[in-house]
Amino acid sequence: MSDQVARDAALGRAGEGVGRGRSRHVVFRTVWDRLWKTTLVRRLAILAALAALWQAAALWQNNPLLFPTFTDTARALITGLRDEDLFPSAVASLGVLLKGYALAIVLALALVSIAIAVPFVKEVLLTLTAMFNPLPAIALLPLAMLWFGLGEASLLLVMVHAVLWPFALAALTGFELVPETQRLVGRNYGLRGPSYVAFILIPAALPSLLSGLKIAWAFAWRTLIAAELVFGVSSRSGGLGWYIYRNRNELLTDKVFAGLVSVILIGLAVEVLFRAIEHGTVRRWGLQR
Amino acid sequence: MRIPDPEPMPMISLASSPVSSLASSPAVPWSQAQVPVLEARSLTLDYPGPDGPARAVTDVSFRVASGERLVLLGPSGCGKSSILKALAGFLRPAGGAVEIRGKAISGPGPDRIVVFQEFDQLLPWKSVRDNVAFPLRVARKLGVKEARARAERALRRVGLGRALDAYPHTLSGGMKQRAAIARALAAEPDVLLMDEPFAALDALTRRTLQEDLLALAQEQGFTLVFVTHAIDEAVLLGTQLHLLAAHPGRTIATFDTSGLGLAERGTPPFEDVVRHVHDLLFADGARHV
Repeated sequence: MSDQVARDAALGRAGEGVGRGRSRHVVFRTVWDRLWKTTLVRRLAILAALAALWQAAALWQNNPLLFPTFTDTARALITGLRDEDLFPSAVASLGVLLKGYALAIVLALALVSIAIAVPFVKEVLLTLTAMFNPLPAIALLPLAMLWFGLGEASLLLVMVHAVLWPFALAALTGFELVPETQRLVGRNYGLRGPSYVAFILIPAALPSLLSGLKIAWAFAWRTLIAAELVFGVSSRSGGLGWYIYRNRNELLTDKVFAGLVSVILIGLAVEVLFRAIEHGTVRRWGLQR
Repeated sequence: MRIPDPEPMPMISLASSPVSSLASSPAVPWSQAQVPVLEARSLTLDYPGPDGPARAVTDVSFRVASGERLVLLGPSGCGKSSILKALAGFLRPAGGAVEIRGKAISGPGPDRIVVFQEFDQLLPWKSVRDNVAFPLRVARKLGVKEARARAERALRRVGLGRALDAYPHTLSGGMKQRAAIARALAAEPDVLLMDEPFAALDALTRRTLQEDLLALAQEQGFTLVFVTHAIDEAVLLGTQLHLLAAHPGRTIATFDTSGLGLAERGTPPFEDVVRHVHDLLFADGARHV
């Protein structure tokens, strides 16, 4: 809407300027105004400024062993992706992440669905959430390694712990906030049990569910990278955390930076994905501004 | 003309209202009045309170024949909405019986579709068309195409042909209630239950919707139970008027208003009934409401 208005204004102003000396200047300004209104352009500009600052600081420091420049890091990133195991590492990390995340979400939804029907189960869930939510998932890693050894099972346990409790809490809150009228509408049509949850509760609670998914994703990603710093996913492909840790041991600081940048880039990509989902659902439905 | 009540209760005869000559009664012949679609017998309803159950409604009886429009009218606290909830199956009677076509009502079902007062009764994640198609899909098990076609027809009938693809949050209050009425009509229930559907609308919109509802009633001859606290709305929309007093809710009078419709609004017979009802409500000590 506002883009359209801006475009109309721009066209109008550009039209006025035709035939005068300042017309090129005006066109340039209106194009710039329009670009600046785009979120992506603004964000890219901020990133470019940060990169420039980084480059300047690193050049001034002049100590590539401790603080590589932006360009060195970019080069290491490209080499890492093309010739080394950065890409397989990222894929390995994401694979484990998705497994743990999906497992925890399914568990949480099942738990919460029972909890909204059975008051006692809700009591149990609230107690467990209150107990385990403040416990950092990574603190479970030593125990997980003791139980399951060095491998994916340990990582999954830690990840499920990281995702399950915050998401269950968000889902429970979301389900409880579903307006009474919409519940009655669902029951009026004879919906009950799983179809009631699927057709009424989940869509009505989607704003809370999405924000729970976002929080849980951030917890999961952080926890996974931290856990991988201790050991890789498997001997062959160790994940991003392991990539960072290995390169630090060899003092290949530019590669450490490349690993960190990968972690950030994946995080940004997921953020964009969530935004797109929100835009197509809860914002479109007027459930969230 | 008046439906015989199984229980003795104060009957108000309206000698002054020319019932039979005025032609805004439903399209369904009176002979069908022998088979009640909906019946309440000595209905008693309780609500759970802090000191045990609190009586909301005591000993209310009525019968609604096919094509009739029963209006439950009374001050707040008279239990009119509770009665509607019992008819819808959301509330279990503490005593007496509610029956649909001779069968005891045991729970909510799509044979009794409710139109609520709240605007959020439309599911925000569905377009207007899909909102109307939804009960057809889940309750009547129609295919997508068939359900959508019926939804479109119902929406055109209430004047929403241009808002088919809109999401509910983009509609005005009046349009939302129109859509809710279309959704109820499309489901072709045995009886429509309306719980003050126009109470949250501005006076102008309310008037239009009342007129349109009457026109639809003429056209389709649906059976309706309508709850309201507005006397003129009650007299206008109903063929049968059930007047309730508060604390606890109980019947104080019943009226036959089948001869009073749009054409009679503002005429002396219409105003007589309105004044009569007004006097009855206030004589009963409901002044504090």
